[in-house]
Parts: sequence; C-alpha cells; structure tokens
Amino acid sequence: MNTIGVLGLQGDFAKHHAMLSRLGVKAELVVTPEQIGRIDGLVIPGGESTTIGKLMAGYGLLEPLKARIAGGMAVFGTCAGMILLARRIQGSVQIRIGAMDIEVNRNAYGRQISSFEADIPVSFIREPARGVFIRAPIITDTGREVSVLGEFEGRPVLVRQGKLLASSFHPELTEDGRIHEYFLAMVDR
Amino acid sequence: MSEKIWSERQTATWKTKVGLAEMLKGGVIMDVTTAEQASIAEEAGAAAVMALERVPADIRAHGGVARMSDPKIIKEIQSAVSIPVMAKCRIGHFVEAQILEALEIDFIDESEVLTPADDHFHVNKQQFKTPFVCGCRDLGEALRRIGEGAAMIRTKGEAGTGNIIEAVRHMRSVLDGIRRLSSAPEEELMTEAKNLGAPFELVVEVARAGKLPVPNFSAGGVATPADAALMRQLGAESVFVGSGVFKSANPRKRAKAIVEAVTYYNDAAKLAEISMDLGEPMTGIEMSEIDGEQRMAVRGW
Repeated sequence: MNTIGVLGLQGDFAKHHAMLSRLGVKAELVVTPEQIGRIDGLVIPGGESTTIGKLMAGYGLLEPLKARIAGGMAVFGTCAGMILLARRIQGSVQIRIGAMDIEVNRNAYGRQISSFEADIPVSFIREPARGVFIRAPIITDTGREVSVLGEFEGRPVLVRQGKLLASSFHPELTEDGRIHEYFLAMVDR
Repeated sequence: MSEKIWSERQTATWKTKVGLAEMLKGGVIMDVTTAEQASIAEEAGAAAVMALERVPADIRAHGGVARMSDPKIIKEIQSAVSIPVMAKCRIGHFVEAQILEALEIDFIDESEVLTPADDHFHVNKQQFKTPFVCGCRDLGEALRRIGEGAAMIRTKGEAGTGNIIEAVRHMRSVLDGIRRLSSAPEEELMTEAKNLGAPFELVVEVARAGKLPVPNFSAGGVATPADAALMRQLGAESVFVGSGVFKSANPRKRAKAIVEAVTYYNDAAKLAEISMDLGEPMTGIEMSEIDGEQRMAVRGW
C-alpha cells in the first residue's frame, strides 16, 4: 500500500491528513528528509509559503524533495503548496521548489476580506467542485507542458504538469474528496 | 467580472474565516510595533504578525488606557510584509473593529490586552466579514466567544509577563472541559451548558467531536522555544508570541528559534539545538507581583 506524505511543517496539514485518511490511504505527516525518501506521493498544504519554504530549506527537505520530483514522484500543492511548486513568483525571491512551469501572483485575489467560495467546473469530474479561496494566489501564466483542469473567471485555478498537481483553492476544507482521489490515481500510475 | 460574482466574493463565509485559522496552524503569530519588526518576523518565518503600538510588556509598564493601534502604523506594517496582518480592538469596541475591517486587516483580535470598552458585552463578531480571534481561560469562555462568531480561540495566559504558568493553566482548563463533556452522558449536557455559561448547541457539538469547532491556539507568556513547544505538546495548534521576541536580547535569533520549535515541538534533540545560544530572554514577572486589577486575563465576560 502506498504511503502519502503530507508536508507537516506549517499550515493546514491536518485537514489534508484527515481527507486522505477518510479516502482510505495511509497518510503520514512529513517533517524530516528521511521521510521524503520513503513516501510514494506528497501533498504540500496551504499555509504561509514563506514560512514553509524557510523550514524546508533550513531542515534539509528541499533538495531531497527536488530529487524525488525529478525521479517522478507525484506531488499535489494547494495554495501555498502551489506557490512553492511554481517556477516563477511575481515580485518575490522566496525559497521554492520551482518544479512547475507556472507563474503565480501571491495573494492576488486580495486580503482575507476578499476570500470567497465559488463552484469550479473541473475537467475530470461531472459536478463542479466547491472552491474555497483564502488569500489565494492567481496563476498568471502556464507553460506549454501544463494542462489546465479547472478555471475561475477565465484564470486557471487547477493545473497539472506530468506528476505535479496544483490548485489555488482548498479542496481539503470541503467534504469533497474527488480532487484528492484524482491525485491518488496519479500516484498509482 | 459580473456583478453577481463580485457580491458573492464579498461575503467571507464561515468556511473561509475558519479556513484562514487552519492555514495558520503549526505557525507563530508575532507581535510587532513597526514595519521593521514586521520584516524581521517575516524573515524569521512567522505565519502572521499582530500590528500593535506597544507590546503587552510596555502596555503594562506604561499604564493608562490601551487602545486600537494608529491606522498609520497598521498600514505601514501591511505594506512591509506579505503574510497575514492581525490587529487588536478593545473588548466590546465594535467601532474599532469596523475601522480594522475597513483597513482590510486579515484577523481581528478582540483582546484583553487592551483596556475593555464594555464591561458586559463583547463585539457581535457574526456581523463582520473579517474573522475574529478571542482569548479564553476556560471552555465556557471559549464557547461564548465562538457563539458570538469567533473563528479562532486562543488561551489568554497573562500577556507581557514572559511567564508561561497562566497559559498552561488556561490550556489545561479548556482541554479538561472538553474531556469532561466528551465523557458526559447526553442528559447531562444541558446542565453542563448552564454551568459553563455556554450555548447548548456548541456544548453538544464539543461533546460529540471531542474538540473545539475552531482552531485552538495559545498566547500570553511565551518567552522561549521550550515554552512554545510546551504549549504545542499540551494541545495548542499554534502559538502567539507577544513581548517574548522583541523584548529579548536578540529578536532575530529568538524569533527564528520559536518558529522552529513550534514545528519540531516533539523532537527534544532538535529543541536542544534550537534553544542554544539565543541571548537573554525577556525579563519575566512572577504572578504574585501583579495585583488583581492589573491582570489582563480576567477581562472578558
């Protein structure tokens, strides 16, 4: 059975862990480089991307994770997790994994008062997913190898490149496990 | 963009309010009084900052009436960092809360650290789009604040003392209350609600879930990485640090150490490394040195 890691340095890792457990997979909070070596897939939660990036670099998780991604491990990043996966972050030199050919603009939907919910049509499911956007980043550009799986107001909010999946919103804050299930299928393949 | 979508997104729902609190878990929220301090906090890895005119230790020393910060300071701090910015309003001072909302503060702390504006009633937090955090000493107080609309609870501790004892007392008291409800038979819950002075519906929810319906953080008295890890091990999901960082000898180092301690709270070997050579912590105050009147934690109804 696969073990899915949830990066547990900072953020809403508990919600992802609960979601994965509810879907019947073995989930583990990841805080050390050794754990990066033995998981089959990784979820990077929402939270503060600057905080998570610093802890990843400071505690030696960044390079092993980059190596695992280069070796084909599946990774799902939500919100801050997506920012960490992005190659380009507007106006920021913060620490990142930078594995996905996307450009993001942090907190581009505004401060907390502009946080919102909306129904997001997603290519691989019939009924739309409920998107919870919290101080969410906007994807401002996608490279040629990136496919857009969900959009809101003409902007991509759910994207995939190979074994990497990223969303501006938080499926882990809902009861709807369909996007996580899609990610788990990416891990298996 | 259509009108409908715009108005839809103006309504911050309960999910997005509690959701932001979820995002702050496993992080540190640091009190800052200037844009420069805010940048130091962000650089150290703080998950959010609390914009203040004075840290609690200085409020204590200064005396007089403590109020909401000057919006100018808040704006400067907002433009200095990319992480969420919180600010405090006085207990019951709903106009200060309205002003903070107009400033687009990410989280409002209706705080006992400031001088209360109302000695009977708190702000009706349901009316705001901005999420609120409130302090508590026990489960009843926590559930009253959640009933009023708080999306995050923090145990109060005793702010500005650098003494962790009250934070520990309050966290144990809340968790003890939750354990008690979890094991109580259904027919006792109404009387439990009466005794706690808490809304019955929330008492039932806590009894069934075995936890608060919103994230439970800790505040008031954290001065060292070990203090922060202690609160995490006791059950706090995140830690507020007030005077503990910028009243210490080396704020940069100490701030970073506390951030790391909150993540690696269960790893004693790492905590030992993190705690090394941080310089002097803030000077603490023994509880018996503070008169009843000067205690901030007793503010809240």
